[in-house]
Amino acid sequence: MGTFIIRRVLVAISVALTISVVSFMLLHLSGDLATSIAGPEATAEQVERIRVDYGLDRPIVSQYLDWLGGALTFDFGRSYYYQSTVVELIADRMPITLTLGGLALALAVSISIPLGVLAALKRDTWIDRLALLFAVVGQAMPSFWFGLTLIVVFAVTLQWLPAAGSDGWQHFVLPAIALGYYATPAMMRLTRTGMLEVLESDYIRTARAKGLRAGSVIFKHALRNAVIPVVALAAVELGFMLGGSVVIESVFSLNGLGQLAWDAISRNDYPVVQAVVLIIALFYIVLTLLADVANAALDARIRTR
Amino acid sequence: MTTSHASPRVSSAATSAISGEIPLPAPAWSWVTRRLFGHRGLAIGLVLVALAMLIAIFAPLLAPHDPYHQDIANRMVPPVWHDKGSWTHVLGTDKLGRDTLSRLLFGTRISLTIGLVAALISGVIGTTLGVLAGYFGGRVDAVISYIITTRLAMPVVLVALALASLTGGSLTTVIVLLGLLLWDRFAVVSRSVTQQMRDAEYVYAARTLGCSLPYILLREVLPNIAGSLIVVMTLEMAHAILLEATLSFLGMGVQPPLPSWGLMVAEGKAYMFFQPWVIAIPGIALFVLVLAINLLGDGLRDLNAPGGRN
Repeated sequence: MGTFIIRRVLVAISVALTISVVSFMLLHLSGDLATSIAGPEATAEQVERIRVDYGLDRPIVSQYLDWLGGALTFDFGRSYYYQSTVVELIADRMPITLTLGGLALALAVSISIPLGVLAALKRDTWIDRLALLFAVVGQAMPSFWFGLTLIVVFAVTLQWLPAAGSDGWQHFVLPAIALGYYATPAMMRLTRTGMLEVLESDYIRTARAKGLRAGSVIFKHALRNAVIPVVALAAVELGFMLGGSVVIESVFSLNGLGQLAWDAISRNDYPVVQAVVLIIALFYIVLTLLADVANAALDARIRTR
Repeated sequence: MTTSHASPRVSSAATSAISGEIPLPAPAWSWVTRRLFGHRGLAIGLVLVALAMLIAIFAPLLAPHDPYHQDIANRMVPPVWHDKGSWTHVLGTDKLGRDTLSRLLFGTRISLTIGLVAALISGVIGTTLGVLAGYFGGRVDAVISYIITTRLAMPVVLVALALASLTGGSLTTVIVLLGLLLWDRFAVVSRSVTQQMRDAEYVYAARTLGCSLPYILLREVLPNIAGSLIVVMTLEMAHAILLEATLSFLGMGVQPPLPSWGLMVAEGKAYMFFQPWVIAIPGIALFVLVLAINLLGDGLRDLNAPGGRN
């Protein structure tokens, strides 16, 4: 187990480094940053001055190493647009995105697992079919459009909840629904498939044959095993949702990390863009690492592979 | 998933997120279509996708108006079922007086082109990587698996947004960007399917007969993973269509005045409180097209799976 964890951590670290290189290079090579920053009306002279002022005239490798050196000590430089450091901006916005992601995940888990179990237990009934319809629809729904629809129905027509902002818990309800629905179909399907598999296994038959009550069989024996892969998937989905929250934050005007990234992208504020991309990737890497380790701890077959 | 010993693998949590959607080789998602629609799912998907393709091809003949023609006197005309609607503009007009139905019909071209071309580009990249990793195993597999893991950890939406903004968002750049970003599922699926047939007798026979490596990969391996690849292809088409709409909605994708459905939703956003149809109509079009492609993919998977026809 120890070697397994050490190997996984080393892989995770090198993946993080690779991503920092790739995202840095992509941003610097897919366009001329100095021209983008200077804007369309700048003269060639102004562009050159910006190039020198921002250090964009130096070799790209030394630019990267400088940036990485800073990043390792949580110094991502200063924002081109705001009068503050990138770290301050991120620390300021992070709680909103984490709240949104956490709520969305909680919502997705509390809907998809019971629904998946129910669908498996009531296989081929109308409950199963309804659960499936819910998954098929969720799969095809564009999240930004679902968010807007929620606003029109619940914020404007029914006036139950606010449409925009981040002052109280009410502001997080609709965004969390919009973001959480996105993660629900995959988790529900996995729970259902897992449940069906486990219910047909020998140890469940034994448990039933021993005369244990159905509830005890389902919850103490079956669910516990069926839910292991779902936990891992949930961690990965949380990583996806943090990355995808840029869409939902924009729809609901939530001032989180996603909104910060979007603003930074439209204002050519590259130090912020780079830092947010790296931080979201780090979240994903840490979450998948934890999921792998948890999976290995729960299932001996994985760590010996 | 079978893996040879000591070969580093793609993070199992990450791949399970993918193979959760593409269960291999036993179809788990197939219950979805089979239960709800029986084989009607495939039929419905096929009919709708074919219809969308016909609309895309014949858009100039079908559209009642020029999708770019602005008519300031007829701005925000409601659809025909509304009290103030008229048959001149069946689905109404937008804030510039352009006919919504015509824009919707021409928008089919954008969505389908993006879906098809992006899925083709990513299919070539992902399949090449996946087949090589699966066939050779060992170090090749280690390197390619590492590339896949790295790609999975990159936040697609953010990276696509940033790059589309830098390269100045046009139809071509969006297609190329999505093609270069969405190959992960192709790689994961073709890798694991190839692994399963690396030691198949016909591959072994071809090797013994002295067939060249390209021959084995292209003529023996590829045809046998084609079924799985077509399923992934439909899913990635749907994925690319949704991502393009998202990028365009956020203003970094296809640029106005092109009738991208995502852009239409973005343009209608300011009016959605009092004229909700301006966002409802393009949104529903997007939903139906993606749903149809997903149903088609699920149906194909059922046919592709051994014993999946019952």
